[in-house]
Amino acid sequence: MKYAALVYYQERLIEAMSEQEWRDLNQECLAGVERLTDQGHFLAGQALQPVESAASVRLRDGEVLISDGPFAETKEQLAGFYLLEARDLNEAVQLASRIPPARFGTTEVRPVRELPPRDTGAES
Amino acid sequence: MNREPDIERLYQQHSRRVLATLIRLLGDFDMAEEAMQEAFMAAVQQWPEQGMPDNPAAWLIRTGQRRGIDQIRRRQTTRQHAHLVVPEEPVASLDERSIQHDPLRLLFTCCHPSLALDERVALTLREMCALTTEQVARALLLKPATLAQRIVRAKRKLSDAGIPYEVPDARELPERLPDVLRVIYLVFNEGYSRTAGESLLDVSLSGEAMELAEALARLLPRGEVFGLQALMRLHDARRDARQGPDGELIPLEEQDRSRWDRQRIREGLLGLERALALSPTGPYTLQASIAAEHARSPSAEATDWARIVKLYEALYQQQPSPVIALNRAVALAMRDGPQVGLRQLETLEGHKAIVNYHLFHAARGDLHRRAGQPREARIAYERALALSVQEPERRFLERRLGELDQPER
Repeated sequence: MKYAALVYYQERLIEAMSEQEWRDLNQECLAGVERLTDQGHFLAGQALQPVESAASVRLRDGEVLISDGPFAETKEQLAGFYLLEARDLNEAVQLASRIPPARFGTTEVRPVRELPPRDTGAES
Repeated sequence: MNREPDIERLYQQHSRRVLATLIRLLGDFDMAEEAMQEAFMAAVQQWPEQGMPDNPAAWLIRTGQRRGIDQIRRRQTTRQHAHLVVPEEPVASLDERSIQHDPLRLLFTCCHPSLALDERVALTLREMCALTTEQVARALLLKPATLAQRIVRAKRKLSDAGIPYEVPDARELPERLPDVLRVIYLVFNEGYSRTAGESLLDVSLSGEAMELAEALARLLPRGEVFGLQALMRLHDARRDARQGPDGELIPLEEQDRSRWDRQRIREGLLGLERALALSPTGPYTLQASIAAEHARSPSAEATDWARIVKLYEALYQQQPSPVIALNRAVALAMRDGPQVGLRQLETLEGHKAIVNYHLFHAARGDLHRRAGQPREARIAYERALALSVQEPERRFLERRLGELDQPER
């Protein structure tokens, strides 16, 4: 089964970190990815730039609307994502608990949904 | 180069036993699970080139143990894993007998009395039956996250309490075995009580329970293990006969006995024979003996009700519960007539638990109906209907109420 692990935390906690703490956190994440890869659990994943660099896109009545960021009311921001291969939810949760930001943020674990096969009869 | 080994099949075949042994060797559930994954990963990489080892399970165990030890050494410094002790080096602990008994150790650990009953059920289904969290959750009608939390909490309890990973010794066994049997029977009933729903699932809880009992009987051939096995088989034999075309429950005395699974009954009776050959005769064996009386009888009328009453009396001696008293009263009514049964049921009305039990009122309704008292029967059936939640039972009660309207007024 494939699971997405979506990592959320409060960016201001990161901003408050010392240079050294930030470097250590990144190293820890890298080591974690290496281990997940060795064990065959890591399919994909990426850390994200801070939310202020984000653009939100909507298409309404054929018009593209762009706004900055997701909305500020949310306490925690999406900081990265993993795509994991795991036997079941318990294993996925166990793997996600090893992603370092789980200590101060929240990691949401969700099974992926496979889209139905493409209609072949319809117009191509 | 060798034919590529079918890893998927090997996983199906060996993963639970390898896991059971790794938990013993590494002393930690999660660590063992991780080590097992790594061992299978290594197998995927190495076996196609080097060929499959003669004893794949032993290879996986050794590899898993080595990986686990490496992992423990690396992590031991962190506080979170302070409870882990680097286990002794391989070889010494890999004797065949120990490995054979590891699934039994795992079962006793999953059913440990320090865990709540729902935790035992969850852990047993995931760890012993190789079901995924999602499958167990669906089968138990729970949300996956709820079940995942339950499993994590149960494992944490086991590790915090330092529960030893072992089969209880002869002194403790009589006390601990019923815990294990209870979990297995609970799993069985969970599946058996909703056949209609179960056929839609990819998991058969009653099937899993029977497999667990079979594994247990192989490793621990005690009377009550055979007794439980016989009981489940005899119930299972009636599976197809106990529901009508509209999904309504068909009571035992109205079932079409030609639809009972004769092969299953033979298996059940065989198990019962084994159980009875071993003393003491416990509650599961007694219940199986009762089920066997029904199974052997060509009709409800031809049933040896006198013997069934005696068996219920013996069962009540061992487990004086109002539910058993209720069943005894019903058997008594079959032997001596509905009025005798009704008088017995009256004596149970003091039990709070039983007056809110739908089957108590359903039984009262039945006895009044048979005694020719439709008014009393109606009141009792209506009370039963109000308390019943399961759809097949509700349909049965509704049918009974409808039938009360039919006869002469």
